[in-house]
Order: sequence, then C-alpha cells, then structure tokens
Amino acid sequence: MIQLIYLTVLLPLTGFLINGIFGSKIKNEKITGLIGSGAIGISFLIVVAAFFETLALPAEQRQHIVTLFNWLSVGSLNVSIAYQVDQLSLTMALIVTGVGFIIHVYSIGYMHGDKSFWRFFAYLNLFIFAMMNLILADNFVLLFLGWEGVGLCSYLLIGFWYDRKFEKSTTSDAAKKAFVVNRIGDFGFLLGMFLIFLTFNSLNFNEVFARANALNISTTVYSFIALFLFIGATGKSAQIPLFVWLPDAMAGPTPVSALIHAATMVTAGVYMVARCSIIFASAPVIMTVVAVIGLLTALFAATIGLVQNDIKKVLAYSTVSQLGYMFLAMGVGAFSAGIFHVMTHAFFKALLFLGAGSVIHGMHDEQNIQKYGGLKEYMPTTYKTFLVAAIAISGIPPLSGFFSKDEILWSAYANAGFIYWFIGVVTALLTAFYMFRLLNLTFEGKHRFDAHHVHPHESPSLMTIPLIILAVLSILGGFIGIPEIFSGEHGNNFHGWLEPIFANAQIRLAHYGSHTHFEEILLMVLSVIGAAASIFFARYVYLKNQKVAEHAASKYKGIYKILFNKYFVDEAYDKIIVQPIFKTSESLLWKITDVKLIDGLVNGTASLIDFVSGKVRKIQTGVAQTYAVVMMLGIVAALFWIIYSL
Amino acid sequence: MIPIEFYLILSAFMFISGVVGVLTRKNAIIVFMSIELMLNAANLSFVTFSSFLGNNIGQLFVFFVMTVAAAESAVGLAIIIALFRNKLTINIDEINILKW
Repeated sequence: MIQLIYLTVLLPLTGFLINGIFGSKIKNEKITGLIGSGAIGISFLIVVAAFFETLALPAEQRQHIVTLFNWLSVGSLNVSIAYQVDQLSLTMALIVTGVGFIIHVYSIGYMHGDKSFWRFFAYLNLFIFAMMNLILADNFVLLFLGWEGVGLCSYLLIGFWYDRKFEKSTTSDAAKKAFVVNRIGDFGFLLGMFLIFLTFNSLNFNEVFARANALNISTTVYSFIALFLFIGATGKSAQIPLFVWLPDAMAGPTPVSALIHAATMVTAGVYMVARCSIIFASAPVIMTVVAVIGLLTALFAATIGLVQNDIKKVLAYSTVSQLGYMFLAMGVGAFSAGIFHVMTHAFFKALLFLGAGSVIHGMHDEQNIQKYGGLKEYMPTTYKTFLVAAIAISGIPPLSGFFSKDEILWSAYANAGFIYWFIGVVTALLTAFYMFRLLNLTFEGKHRFDAHHVHPHESPSLMTIPLIILAVLSILGGFIGIPEIFSGEHGNNFHGWLEPIFANAQIRLAHYGSHTHFEEILLMVLSVIGAAASIFFARYVYLKNQKVAEHAASKYKGIYKILFNKYFVDEAYDKIIVQPIFKTSESLLWKITDVKLIDGLVNGTASLIDFVSGKVRKIQTGVAQTYAVVMMLGIVAALFWIIYSL
Repeated sequence: MIPIEFYLILSAFMFISGVVGVLTRKNAIIVFMSIELMLNAANLSFVTFSSFLGNNIGQLFVFFVMTVAAAESAVGLAIIIALFRNKLTINIDEINILKW
C-alpha cells in the first residue's frame, strides 16, 4: 500500500474533476456527495493501510519515497513529483484524510439544498488534493505547490457564498484579505527556498537535511533560512503579525472553517517547521523567536476570544491561540509534542466548529451567542459532543487536549523557562474560561431568542454522527501519547513513533538541566486545577450571577473596548500599511508614474512623429509638375553619375 | 553632307523644349503636346543614329514609338476630357487632389 500512496493524491483530484466538470449536470446531491466523500474515504483507507504496513517495519526502514516522474530539470535543479512516506507525513495524512472524510460526510447534511452544492464538493476535494501534496511532498517545490494550492482553495471556499454580506463588506473581501495576507507569508517562504537552494544546491528534503546535518555552515545562514521559512509559516498558520486573515475567514461555510481553518491547512506552517526541524534547530535565535511569537499569539488571541459574541469568531481566535501553542512547542524544541497537539487539536477543534455549524443550522443562520441560550434541550447530541470538545480543549484529563497541551507546557518549562510555562498556563485558563462562556451562553440558561419565529431543532443524523465520531476521538485521541512518567518503561508511544524524524535536530538543540518527576507532576496538577477553577468560574459568571460579567464590562470599559475591537489591529494595519499603499498608488503611481510618465512616453512618441511628419508632408504639393521637376532632376543626376563613372 | 551633330543638337533642342513645356505650362493639352514633342525628339535621335551607323533597327524602333504614342494620345485625351467633365477645368494647378 505504501507504493500506492500516490492514489491518495489522485483520488481527490479525480473527485474534483468529476464534480467540477459534471457537477452542474448531475444535479443530484447524493451522487455528488458520494463521489466527493468517497474519494476521501478511499484515500483514508489507503493511508491507514500504509500506516500499519509502516508500523510493522523496523524503525530505520520506515521511510519510503514513491517517485512518479521527473517534473523539472534545470541545470543542477532536479525536481520530481515524488511522495515521501514516513512517520511525520503519515501522521499528517491520517489527520487530513480522516478528519477530512468526517467533515465531507457532515457537509452533505450541512450544505443540503445549497444551489452550488456540487461546487462546494469540488473545492473540498481540490483542497484535499493540494493538502496531500503539501504533506507528502519529498521536496520544497512540491510542498510549495500544495502550499499555494491550499491557499487557493481557502480563498475559493471563504468566498464560497460570494453574494452574501459579511460584517461591513462581503465574503469576497474576506477571501481577498486571506489571500493577500497569505501572499506576504508566501513571499518569505519563497525567499527561504531560494536561500536553501543557494546554500545546499538542492531542494530535495533528504538531500537538504542530510547536508544541513553534515556540512558546517554559519549560524547566520541558518538563521536567515529559518526566519524566512517562519515568515511563511506565520502567514499560513495565522501567527502574529499575519493572523488577521483567520477571523475573517469565518465568512466561509462552517465545514470549511472546521476543515481548512482549524484542522488541516492552518497547521501546514507547524508541519513545515517540524519537517525542517534540523534547520530550525541550527538557528537558536530563530527558535526563540518562534517560541516567543507562538506564546504571544496564544495569549493575545485568547484575550480577544474572551469577549467576542460571534460563535465562529470565538472559535477562530481559539484556533489562532492553539496554533500559538504549537509554535511554542516548535520553538522550545518539542517537535513531536507540537505535532501531537496538531492531531488532538484537529479532533476537538473540528468538533467545536462542526458543533457550531450544527447550532447555526438549527438556529437559521444566527451566529450571535447573545441570541442563543438554553439550546441543550433542543439539540442534545450537539450539546453533549460540544461539551466533550470544550473539556478537551480546556485540558482536563483524561481527554486528548490535556495530554498534548500539558506536554507542550512541560517542554516550555523544561527547555525554555518558568515564564514560558506561566504565560502558557494563563492562556490555558483563559481558554477554559472563554470556551465555557461560549458553551454556557449557547446551551445553558434561559432562551434569549424569539421562540415564535425561531424553532431550534437537532440536525440530521448525517451531521450528528460525524460529531459523535469526533467526540470519541477527542476523548481517546490523547492515549496514544501518554507521557513517559505515567506509561513507564515503554515511554511515550507518539514520541517513539516520530523520534527518528527529529533525532538529528534534537542532537543540535541545547537543553537545560534535567528536571525531576515531582516538578512535572506538580506543574501538571497546577494547570489542571487552574483550568477546572476557570470552568467553574465561567459557569458561575454566566449562569448563576450574570451581573458579574456586565459589572466587569462596565468597570473596565477601556480594556473591554480594546478586547472587543481586537486590539484595533485591523485598524492599525489599515492606517499604517493599507492606506499609505492606497494613497501612494493613487498620487504617485497612478497620477504621476502612470499618467505622466508612461502615458507621456507613449503619447510623446506619437506627438513627435506627428510633428515631424507635419513638416515633411509639405513636400507633397499635389501639383504634378512639381513631381515632374523632381523626377527630371533625378534623371539628370543619374545621367551625370553614369557618364562620369564611365 | 550635314554632320551628325546638327541632327543631335536639333533633337536635344526639341527635347529641352518638351521638358520646359511639361514643367511650366498650366494647360493640360499643352503639357500633353510637349510630351509628344519629347517623344519625337527621341525619334529623331533614333533615325539619325540609324542612318549614320547603317543599322535599320533604329528605324524599326521609331515605328514602335509612333504606334505607342498614337495609343497613348488616345488614352491621354480621353483622360483630359474626363477631367474636364469632373472639374470643369484642365488647368493642372487646380487639379491637385494628390496634395496632403
């Protein structure tokens, strides 16, 4: 099955082509949905088979490369369409196809009756195609193909309902924003690729990483490569300063938010950093930058999430915050912990988004949580699964979020220092608080909607069954990565599985002194108690004593306003970057460069020719005799010339 | 015997008169007549050389020229009549539609 891994790329492409070309003719949601989901389902089975096949092999034989054909061959640059099957790409492929399949099935129910049902599935399949290219690529160029492909699909799907209003503008504007911000990151990624080729004379992963491991190259070069790659990652994975597109990306249909903007695409940056771990590990300064940016993003987004009222906005900021955790893990050298969090986050965040989708579906497209309330009696399944996800993301054992988050916090403490751990824990407490604020305002308490006009109802089973599957995964997903102190001599299974990928990077990293098990357990207990306290506090504030929240909001009006307006980041970017660009474009580039310089050159050429011909045309008198004189003079001159040359 | 130069000078004189006529006169008919004069000057040269060199081909050419001149005068006069019908003038200064 390992040799057939390319099918997992081709099947979604086939699904895209069938639905994209014939979708409007088929006009049958069942067939379209079956093709779309089936392509991903079969891909998932192939990945599972390849996974078990790889698992049966000894650790040193687990890397395979499946080459399809030579793509580019220019000078010393050789790029193949080749897929690399190893522990890391298999883990990511399992997440993408598995969660992807569940979300495809859910979408059949969610998008039921949409006029562009087929277009939705075509785009989703195209997305999986690009994402599989991204994670299975064995070289930077193919990875970049997938990287841009997922960006394109993100753009197409955010603007899927292009005729709908979104906040102050339209969904197309949100889509454009996502695309443009991503382009800034891509620019950094491209620079990183150029520098890699310049330094290592190859873009193939194995060659680059082997040379990075063997050659003695100055830290400055590594730092620049790592910095450029990280700029690419901040764009795709919505980190400071390029996170602004992700909250706006919520303009897309909710399954898209679950698949692309929570579970898979936004983790591409984390995956890329993990893949290039040896390069990052060789640039200690950039590692610190990654950790600090991740930590700040986590805290920053969590504080914004506290006061948002749009159910999807809260989840969007939560995603940004959790991605910050993943980068914190990367930055402190806990690569496998980061990938572990990618996996568990894919489960519970996809579940949260799909649950939100179910609520929005049942509430007739209402997204304001202040207008929900008491929905648990109408949507029991959605409520229960949402509760599971909320507990998981809050980090309560033994759900999956606890294991991955706690491992990151522990690594932050052990490898970077107390302050990293402390800010991480504060973020975790904020996370628990805003998740349960969301949960309580949505499902508990009194109705705040107009019961005469709105009739909440549970979603069809096509939507609830995916929720249940994801809930089970959110509960059990953590057990594959039980920390070493609990599992004893076997060690952490997940670590053991990914260990060969990061082995070279770990050797390069300087670790601080060892820490005792007592410390680890103490910190763990502290963070769990904090999260639990946070949950109860949220319950108290939003169910028992609502005045507390209003009181706090009015007492700290300034802070509330700043948080509610997301620290005015969008406005600041608009003032500092967008407006100056607009103004320079208008006054300098348009009215001077274009109109005066370029148009002037073109029109000037025409005027010059006009002027010269105006002078020259006087020759044409129209009097036949003038022409005859000229002819005669010509003949005489020719005669003289002939006679004299005789 | 009259020397050859006399014939050639007469021929050159006729030719120059034709050229001056073509270049200076305004009446299309006169211009046309001047062209005929130039043709006849050429004919005279042909006949002169034919006679002095004892080669008959020059005289043969004169017949050709006369035939062509006859055909050309028929066409030329027709053009002048057509011009006059359109413009009510045959003054070639006023027929300058080739001007810019």
